[in-house]
Amino acid sequence: MEHIKERPYMNPYLAGFFLGLILIATIFISGRGLGASGAFKSIAVATVAKTAPAHAETGMAYTEYVETHPGGVLRDWLVFEVLGVLIGAFFSGVLSNRVALKLEKGPRATNALRIGGAILGGALFGFGSQLGRGCTSGSALSGMAVMSFGGIITMLAIFGGGYALAYFFRRLWLK
Amino acid sequence: MGPLVPFVFSNEFGLLMAVFIGIAFGFILEQAGFSSTKKLVGLFYGNDFTVLRVFFTAGVTAMTGVMLLGHYGLLDLDVIYINPTFVRSALVGGVIMGAGFIIGGFCPGTSVCAAAIGKLDAMLFILGSVLGIFAFLEVYPAIKEFYMADAMGPVKIYEQLGMHKEVWALLLTLIALFAFVVTWYIEKNVNNEPAVISPTWKRRYALAMALPVVVILLLMMLPNKQEIIQNRIAEAKRQQKCVFHEIDADNLAYQIVNHYYDINVIDVRSPEEYEKFHIPMAINIPFENLMDRQWEDIFKQTIKKNIFYADSDTLVRMSCLKARFIGESENLILKESATAFRDLYYSLEMPEPEDSKQAHELYFFRANHAEKMLDLKKALENIGKPVKKEVIVVQGGCS
Repeated sequence: MEHIKERPYMNPYLAGFFLGLILIATIFISGRGLGASGAFKSIAVATVAKTAPAHAETGMAYTEYVETHPGGVLRDWLVFEVLGVLIGAFFSGVLSNRVALKLEKGPRATNALRIGGAILGGALFGFGSQLGRGCTSGSALSGMAVMSFGGIITMLAIFGGGYALAYFFRRLWLK
Repeated sequence: MGPLVPFVFSNEFGLLMAVFIGIAFGFILEQAGFSSTKKLVGLFYGNDFTVLRVFFTAGVTAMTGVMLLGHYGLLDLDVIYINPTFVRSALVGGVIMGAGFIIGGFCPGTSVCAAAIGKLDAMLFILGSVLGIFAFLEVYPAIKEFYMADAMGPVKIYEQLGMHKEVWALLLTLIALFAFVVTWYIEKNVNNEPAVISPTWKRRYALAMALPVVVILLLMMLPNKQEIIQNRIAEAKRQQKCVFHEIDADNLAYQIVNHYYDINVIDVRSPEEYEKFHIPMAINIPFENLMDRQWEDIFKQTIKKNIFYADSDTLVRMSCLKARFIGESENLILKESATAFRDLYYSLEMPEPEDSKQAHELYFFRANHAEKMLDLKKALENIGKPVKKEVIVVQGGCS
């Protein structure tokens, strides 16, 4: 089978400019920024509500969340947006010949290490995004666009934390 | 104008738009290379600064664009969602996210992109994220106090630093441009590549870098919508071109009783003064709030007349002028002050028997209308309280 060559990535500054325009359009249309972790929260709440309804009815975090989503926990702006992200990214991947089932890891990392790291990292990010009231998109990027103090300190903490810990996890990524 | 949801479009339409916005978002993230964990973590090891480039360019572009739209009144910056600030929880949450980033190799948005093109590690990262959020939901009652600590509300960074909005924008832009140059050298150095760039690209980048700086400098110098209106008012005053249509107290009372549906009586004094006494049926729009979005429709309609009153002659004239520059409605001012109106109508003294017939007629007219205005107010109170309008706040954020 002939291997089709991947297309190169877009110029990062151009991509950033487009991303900025998308964010302006988002704020202009919806009055709010982009996001991602909020959709994961909807999924987490919906899963608990489905599998352990009794627990979801008594847990403080669940009842508070349900209160703010009168139309159902999955009827959330971010859930719809993230569905769009899946479609858009897939479309882009197809255009650039990048769609493939693959476990991407550093040259020294074993499969088990990468799998464990991905799950643990995800868990930390998920937990942190709740404390930070948003992730890199919802808090940091959108916060920067509207000059939110909270958004910008969250951004500094994310990247500061990443740099501070990078040395200890170099085995995951470097030669 | 903006934001269009929920003012122009419904929230339902907003959900549909969310899908389209998401498609564009996902497409660009993937094209930028954010679907590859190696590209993402390269930021932390100095061998690939793509994330910084895309992220900062997007942030500066969006910030400048939002500021530009706000400057000319196309987007109401008081209504859009500003992420609220909770210092401790933001910092601790941020550092935990940083750890998640370097261990997991993704952030939530990029993991969705990578999962969409089949990256198994990204799918596991999403699974982990949902588990992490589940853990948060479970421990939430125990850490709620910490989560809610140092609540500062939706504060903006330039307020916090005590600088002008434009100064902050310029500062952030310059930091970003500086970072672009420095990280380019670092990246070339780490990857043992020669730090050379073709003259064509050098020119292109220089132009691109100048663009946001020029836009922000222009915004700094050019007056915004509010200032333009203020200037026009000042100009009109200087040329003494302002003609005010006046209405006297008796005529106003007659209009309120007989044609209340044709007029908006607007009290432009402070809410405290309004509470103390106001003309029946009057709504309160303090002078400073005249240009708020929620009142726009009052000044843009052409069906009802707006009648302004206050205690100070200058205040009422300024309000009337301002209203004239906001919309096309017919604006009048009450000749008498609010206090004078109260004295005329609500501290009436019976004329002496030897006074003229006219004085007696006037007395009966005023007593009768004073009563009727209050009755009318009472009767209409339950139909729809026209006193204060709810401020609509847009939902947002990731929590």
